[in-house]
Amino acid sequence: MTDISAIEKPRSQWSDVWSQFKTHKGAVAALTVFVLLILFVTVGPFIWTADPTYINPDAAQMIRTRNKPPSWDFPLGTDQLGRDMLARMMKGGQVSIAVGLVAMTISILLGTLVGVTAGYFRRLDGPLMRLTDLFLALPLLPLLLVMVMLFRDPLSRTLGPEGGTFLLIVFAIGVTSWMQAARIVRGEVLALKEREFVLAARSIGTPSRRMILRHILPNVVSPIMVSATLGIASAIITESALSFLGLGFPPDFPTWGRLLFDGVDYIQQYPERVIWPGVAISLTVLSVNYIGDGLRDALDPRIRGR
Amino acid sequence: MLTFTIRRLLLAIPTLLFISLVIFLLVDFAPGSPMSQIPLTVPPEVRLRIIEAMGANEPIFVRYLLWLKQFFWVEPLVMIDGIFGTTWSEGMQRIVSWQSRSPVMDIIAERMPQTLTVVGSAYVIGVLIAVPIGIYSAYRQYSWFDQIGTFIAMIGFSVPTFFTGVVLILVFSVNLGWFPSIYNTSLRVTDWDSFLQQVRQMAMPVAVLALYNASQISRYMRSSMLDNLAQDYVRTARAKGMSERVVVLKHVLRNSLIPVVTVIALGIPTIFGGAIITEQVFKVNGLGALLINAIQGSDLPMVQTLTFIFAVLIVLFNLIADVLYGMLDPRIRYD
Repeated sequence: MTDISAIEKPRSQWSDVWSQFKTHKGAVAALTVFVLLILFVTVGPFIWTADPTYINPDAAQMIRTRNKPPSWDFPLGTDQLGRDMLARMMKGGQVSIAVGLVAMTISILLGTLVGVTAGYFRRLDGPLMRLTDLFLALPLLPLLLVMVMLFRDPLSRTLGPEGGTFLLIVFAIGVTSWMQAARIVRGEVLALKEREFVLAARSIGTPSRRMILRHILPNVVSPIMVSATLGIASAIITESALSFLGLGFPPDFPTWGRLLFDGVDYIQQYPERVIWPGVAISLTVLSVNYIGDGLRDALDPRIRGR
Repeated sequence: MLTFTIRRLLLAIPTLLFISLVIFLLVDFAPGSPMSQIPLTVPPEVRLRIIEAMGANEPIFVRYLLWLKQFFWVEPLVMIDGIFGTTWSEGMQRIVSWQSRSPVMDIIAERMPQTLTVVGSAYVIGVLIAVPIGIYSAYRQYSWFDQIGTFIAMIGFSVPTFFTGVVLILVFSVNLGWFPSIYNTSLRVTDWDSFLQQVRQMAMPVAVLALYNASQISRYMRSSMLDNLAQDYVRTARAKGMSERVVVLKHVLRNSLIPVVTVIALGIPTIFGGAIITEQVFKVNGLGALLINAIQGSDLPMVQTLTFIFAVLIVLFNLIADVLYGMLDPRIRYD
């Protein structure tokens, strides 16, 4: 006998995904860490209101406050110009994470566009995939370095040093990292196209545009989400690598990679100045990778429910 | 197989031409090129002479064709001359660096050994570590060894190499003083002492790169082993009464190595690119450092040639990986 009240409430797909995600302990821990890091860089500056770029105009004062060890006034100490390290870490984190998110968005948009077009329109498949292969054959890090070197000064002249560099780096990373997403999306679209519901939709005369937006795209969301998560991680690493090679943001503009680069010169006397930004980058990337891992498991219907 | 290889080789030519054009145009059309960096106080006729001396006054396609000819015709001839003592390349103009005024290829040949010793040994060590770890963690899936292996691999490719490098410097050269933090390129290995010195200065960069490579390859090895361990032929082999050792190390390992070998081949060119950062951290005077210097000095011929060499490596190893895959796995037929 089944009682009416014993019938479970209908479950949505996303609550299923969430309950599967919760069983991945590493991913949950990583999500917590990532949220904490986001809070640290976004809410943190409202609590700790020190100016990250403030240099004491009085030279004698400046010399007295520089290279301080951690204290109540400066919880992470100060750098060689007497700037507060905690505030710089927050500001740097804002920039690093913003670069990661925006660059990921660009690369996912590009990748999805190319992938869906290549998978859906047979005539475009060949040329677009050749293009993807060409991009995969480019030496990306050297090209990124060259792009930043050549376009940094003109762009900062027209758009200001921060905005120009930010746009350039985000754009350069996005343009050089869309290929994996495009390949995955194309594969998924090719498989979806053979399914009955697509045939049904086509038989009632659905135009291509609505076909893609209503039927194809919602079904490729899960691989896109996974590669988006992993894209954040690689974009953050690339940005900090560029900054570390001295080809990223200008020196007075802190990002985690830049802080690490600046700290290397003082590694003998003040090792913590290298450790903090390095740990922040590593924690962010590690947590994002774990979240991606958990998402991949949670979004795979073959694993879910087991 | 042979027709496939030939077809792929022929296809590689337009790919490479296109890539070289992209690199050439990107570097040349950029507003920050060195021509704009000549100070404005230099009188116009001197400026013209400077540009002429750099060979930058010709139209772009002439320079592109010249560069192509130099890269694909003159430089190989020079190499042949160097080996056989012929004089075919006499009087021909080679690709010349704007910074040092000496042929680009000579500088690259000078820097190549450093990169190859450090990066090459790191890659070999990484593979040697990764394969056994992958085998064992797949064989004992979800055991504590597997869990720890997964965690370390995750750290290995999440922590950027410049941070691992800096931490190693901090621990082993600043605090403990075991290894030198700067790679000494002029060291010649002549006796036991200098060999030990070489090993000590290579230890840290090799460790950084090996950790990074091993963490990736061990993941591939593990998942490939897991795929094969679930196959029917494994059950058959066990049912025949073969020892576990033979089943795992002969039947399963051989089949799981097929995709891993291609991954290893595909990873070789990215190593050259990734080593740029590690070389910078440990001040190894290799190809990566050469590229960074050339970029900072706006040495266009050097940047173009080096980037193109990286591209050639990528295309070449892609081809090798595909051919290897077809040779190792008889189920794959390209023709």
